[in-house]
Amino acid sequence: MDSPLPNPVRSIFGTPLREDSVIVNIGPSHPATHGTVQIIAELDGEKVLRTDVHCGYLHRGFEKECEDHTWHNLIPYVDRLNYVSALVNDFAYCDGVERLMGIEITPRCRYLRTLLSEYSRLVDHLTCVAAGLMEMGAMTAFLYLVMIRDYMYEHLAALTGARVTYTYGRIGGLARDLPDGWLVRLEEILVQYEEFVARVHALVDRNRIFIDRLRGVGTISTADALSFGCTGPILRSTGLARDLRKDAPYLAYAELDFDVPVGIAGDNYDRYFVRMREMDESVYMMRQLAQMLPEGPINVDDRRCTFPDKQLVYREIESLINHFKLVMDGPAVPAGEVYCSHEAPNGELGFYMVSTGSGTPWKVHVRSPSFVHMGAASRMLDGGQLADIVPTFGSINMIGGECDR
Amino acid sequence: MAANVLETLQQRIVPAAGAATPSHGCLVFRLAPEELVPAVRRMKEEFGYDLFLDVTAVDWPADALRFEVVHHFASTRQPLRVRLKTRVAEVDPSIDSLAGLYRSADFMERECHDMYGIVFRGNHDLRPILLYEGFAGHPLRKDYPKAREQPIVPYRN
Repeated sequence: MDSPLPNPVRSIFGTPLREDSVIVNIGPSHPATHGTVQIIAELDGEKVLRTDVHCGYLHRGFEKECEDHTWHNLIPYVDRLNYVSALVNDFAYCDGVERLMGIEITPRCRYLRTLLSEYSRLVDHLTCVAAGLMEMGAMTAFLYLVMIRDYMYEHLAALTGARVTYTYGRIGGLARDLPDGWLVRLEEILVQYEEFVARVHALVDRNRIFIDRLRGVGTISTADALSFGCTGPILRSTGLARDLRKDAPYLAYAELDFDVPVGIAGDNYDRYFVRMREMDESVYMMRQLAQMLPEGPINVDDRRCTFPDKQLVYREIESLINHFKLVMDGPAVPAGEVYCSHEAPNGELGFYMVSTGSGTPWKVHVRSPSFVHMGAASRMLDGGQLADIVPTFGSINMIGGECDR
Repeated sequence: MAANVLETLQQRIVPAAGAATPSHGCLVFRLAPEELVPAVRRMKEEFGYDLFLDVTAVDWPADALRFEVVHHFASTRQPLRVRLKTRVAEVDPSIDSLAGLYRSADFMERECHDMYGIVFRGNHDLRPILLYEGFAGHPLRKDYPKAREQPIVPYRN
């Protein structure tokens, strides 16, 4: 190699705007940012004049890899997009494939997926709020929330066998049904959640340090948020009650009673509060769902996607062949295309999938909220203080796995 | 109401294009590259399609117009989503950018440029976003082998 390779990142601005400003590089591996992201910022003293945000450090060719595996094999991969709320990815992906196949999932599966989607939202928001508070020094609040989150991780591990990346969704159903006593333990955790979230509200909401750091910081207007493609808590924090669970109800959301919390100013404080309120709504929904959960099978009886009972695979040739074809060739998904979107904790998570009728997708594209929000990050960071980059970036809640794919 | 909107959209968004086909809650239009920006402007101004969700491409190596550029839009006023599909050839894979209409286009078109080499005319910032400077080729094209290795970026002094 004779000619040196170019610098992997080329900043959009090379020379400072003014004589007395400096250009600094933050990240990609910076202790104060959770997520591997690089921010090139031009500073006037401590004031941020402009920023250039680079992501892609966690790019691992997810979409390319998808074109080389069967529809089933992708489920563990989609888990690793947003690894804080992996179940939502699972269900959104499976929902898309099921729409292509024309499958209607069983009622029990539909309610369970809704319940677990809300559980994931709770875990995701707990993580985001806890990390954001910790970055501002609120160690007690952080530990309260992360303690509850860990109860939830253990509880989900009891159901799925894994702590973070669950691989729990299946095309046409779920991996397994609830273990005994799972819903009882759920209620115990929710009661503890309420106690500790109340303590966090008391510690933080009217805390002068907290308000000074968050109020009016990282502000984005509704018009800007829409133009930048923001969805989820960022868009709702600007006052626009846009939520796919209400606007285009999927799973069992049409049958649930819940509010869509919105903010006023679109600043960091509103994003904190929208997340806190959404967690309460999720708990309310989960309690409704625990009551509504019907008995019955969790998998559809469809030989195109559901694996036959293991005992039958050992005993009869049809089931053995069925099992073999499902593993080797993958489920036969009819030719077509679908854009399936779910309201993930961070915003609209969309799967655009194209099938040519084989057991392997022709194309899988993920519309990840984090990536689109990274495009809006500059708008929220420019004009602020250097120290505000950390809480603002935290409140955007960029998840490297789904941003960089 | 949905049928009404569907009819209006079909007639007014792309008068020249054929009938739109509904697909899983999405209205699909196929249009010529030069129709894209006028159609999107009409959608945004007359029908409230204020959320530009996503742009990507699909590679069909066997076709003369090899790349299908796919745009997705949502509206805060109506539930129906719109998908616009445009075909471009491999020799000149370029299409007009939506950067003048939506700020989200800046970032999303960069990704599509990375992955498929689609050139968005009017987007002045098509630097690599998920890939890096010096990455050769466009990895999501079907003729890019999955196992190809790229030159390793050297350490900076």
